[in-house]
Amino acid sequence: MRELSYRDALNEALHEEMTRDPRVFVLGEDVGRYGGVLQVTRGLLDKFGEKRVRDTPISEAGIMGLAVGAAMTGMRPVAEIMYIDFSALAMDQIVNQAAKAHYMFGGKTRVPLVMRTQGGGGRGNAAQHSQSLEMWYVHVPGLIVVQPSTPYDAKGLLKSAIRDDNPVIFIEHKLLYNTAGPVPEGEYLIPIGVADVKRLGNHVTIVATSRMVLFALEAAETLAEQGIQAEVIDPRTLKPLDLATIVQSVEKTGRLVVVNEGALTGGFTAEVAARVQRAAFDWLDAPIMQVATEDVPLPYNGRLEFEAIPSVQDIVLAARGALYWNAG
Amino acid sequence: MNLSRDQLVDLYHRMWLIRYFDEAARALFMGNMLRGTTHTCTGQEAVAVGACAALRRDDYITSTHRGHGHCLAKGGDPRAMMAELLGRVTGYCKGKGGSMHIADLDLGILGANGIVGGGIGLATGAAYSADLRGSGQVVVCFFGDGASNQGILMEAGNMAALWQLPIIYLCEQNQYAEFSPSRPFIAVERLEMKAQAFGMPGLTVDGNDLLAVYQAVRGAVERARAGGGPTFLVAHTYRIEGHTVGDPLTYRPKEEAALWKSPERDPISRFGRRLVGELGFAEADLESLRQKARADIDDAIAFGKASPEPEIAALWEDVYA
Ligand SMILES: Cc1ncc(C[n+]2csc(CCOP(=O)(O)OP(=O)(O)O)c2C)c(N)n1
Ligand SMILES: [Mg+2]
Repeated sequence: MRELSYRDALNEALHEEMTRDPRVFVLGEDVGRYGGVLQVTRGLLDKFGEKRVRDTPISEAGIMGLAVGAAMTGMRPVAEIMYIDFSALAMDQIVNQAAKAHYMFGGKTRVPLVMRTQGGGGRGNAAQHSQSLEMWYVHVPGLIVVQPSTPYDAKGLLKSAIRDDNPVIFIEHKLLYNTAGPVPEGEYLIPIGVADVKRLGNHVTIVATSRMVLFALEAAETLAEQGIQAEVIDPRTLKPLDLATIVQSVEKTGRLVVVNEGALTGGFTAEVAARVQRAAFDWLDAPIMQVATEDVPLPYNGRLEFEAIPSVQDIVLAARGALYWNAG
Repeated sequence: MNLSRDQLVDLYHRMWLIRYFDEAARALFMGNMLRGTTHTCTGQEAVAVGACAALRRDDYITSTHRGHGHCLAKGGDPRAMMAELLGRVTGYCKGKGGSMHIADLDLGILGANGIVGGGIGLATGAAYSADLRGSGQVVVCFFGDGASNQGILMEAGNMAALWQLPIIYLCEQNQYAEFSPSRPFIAVERLEMKAQAFGMPGLTVDGNDLLAVYQAVRGAVERARAGGGPTFLVAHTYRIEGHTVGDPLTYRPKEEAALWKSPERDPISRFGRRLVGELGFAEADLESLRQKARADIDDAIAFGKASPEPEIAALWEDVYA
């Protein structure tokens, strides 16, 4: 199978969906002429013209507001918010408008929009450009939250997100754009709300999201050298969460490590742990281990930043902990 | 003009400090010594230095992602700044902030900002606070032409005018916002016309003429201090370098930047010519000021490089007051 970068896979999804459906349009800062700060919207302007590939002023609230209104009136906007940190400026439009309209109006309107954005740390962008804010959106009923970790998933999920009739928060990771992986030629979709088992194993289950999936797979290699077979599950969609796939794995392994790049407190790891203990309490042989970012704003200095966000080694230790393998 | 010779010397030196600081930042970034992103304000030195020359030490400024110049102009210490860029514990923010997040509360620098328009609201709050405390302090809120499209400006500008707050909204029209020209994204014919919507005076100034910037800001500051309320001031200038260090600048003609780099337009050359031509300074004196600035920046780099990185324990410090 051909290899594509995460960036190009996303780009291809946009090209395909815009060709397929004239209601789909793209808007955001520098998405047109420049092709996107992360080059995900490259080539769209030439093919689809200015009205469907709209370079906007630096006005995040306006971008998301415009997307909500266009979605309510028959279009399928894909709005790019360059960093998830900047989505804070558009919070009302996302949380109070987009997420609520369908329910609040008794099902009379739909808001089929996608907010494409990216988050995550690891490259010294400091406190206002490194956050993992996915749980802000997971917390809001009415929103769907997607976080692909591979080029294959990125393409298939973006296409599904665009076709979905609900507002979808589609969160990429700034350190994944240059990663490459197999992406088949031709049309395929990945359903929203379905997890993927990225690696099979029967000693411990590791659930990880976004870039942490890559870390978890690396950790699994290390663990394998030590005789521990880890099963790695990527939920791919954080909301709705595919709990069944996780529980099925835990019923096999009896041990669970949850890894997420967001801050620990009130985070994804706690959410998964709560659900799994209720669904599979009798199957658990050890406390559920949480690996997440320290509860601090991300620092600029590299030493500090790498200490703050989860590392491969943190995951290895957590998995060993779940098996009571750590010394002492 | 009410600037002393010593002050003029200081302003000239400060412009070179900024120029060399940004040159050093670029070199360090290209040499993989810096993390994240770094923005230079080369070509915009006269705005920062001219504006801050009209301020008292205890007056406030808010800055932007392109903030090295604002910070140095307000009296920032190049050593602590360079150490911050290098992520060292001796940096302004103990290495936790980096290029985009330098603050010095002792000098009234309420911080550079990674959020475009992020300083506008809090600058207005500082002006409100100065008014409440009756401190006589004034705020200069620096932001870009791109940032003028953020909604917060509409809200904060209205409040400042309503309550006649002592603040100058200083918009640097450097003609670019990230990787696009800024003009096509601003519907109003001239940016200062936005002031009308807020109900405050809207002025414009040649942002590459240091003394003109100084006079304009000084006028606004005097008015603000006397209780006359806010001003919206647009400084016309040009972003000579890329949006970030490493930007290949594929989206604009090379000749354009060359024009703005020329001595006719370069703000440092222009100020130098006035110092020599109208104000009786000797070329040699200016040259030695330039040399001194270069030496100051070399010293700052050496200081930063020699400084230690923070201890890991620092990660959990300063999360709460
Ligand atoms: C809220 C927000 N949106 C977008 C960005 C990305 N961004 C950083 S600088 C910039 C352009 C700012 O242009 P302008 O205000 O003119 O300032 P200049 O860069 O010209 O100094 C953009 C879009 C950001 N940092 N924050
Ligand atoms: Mg600008």
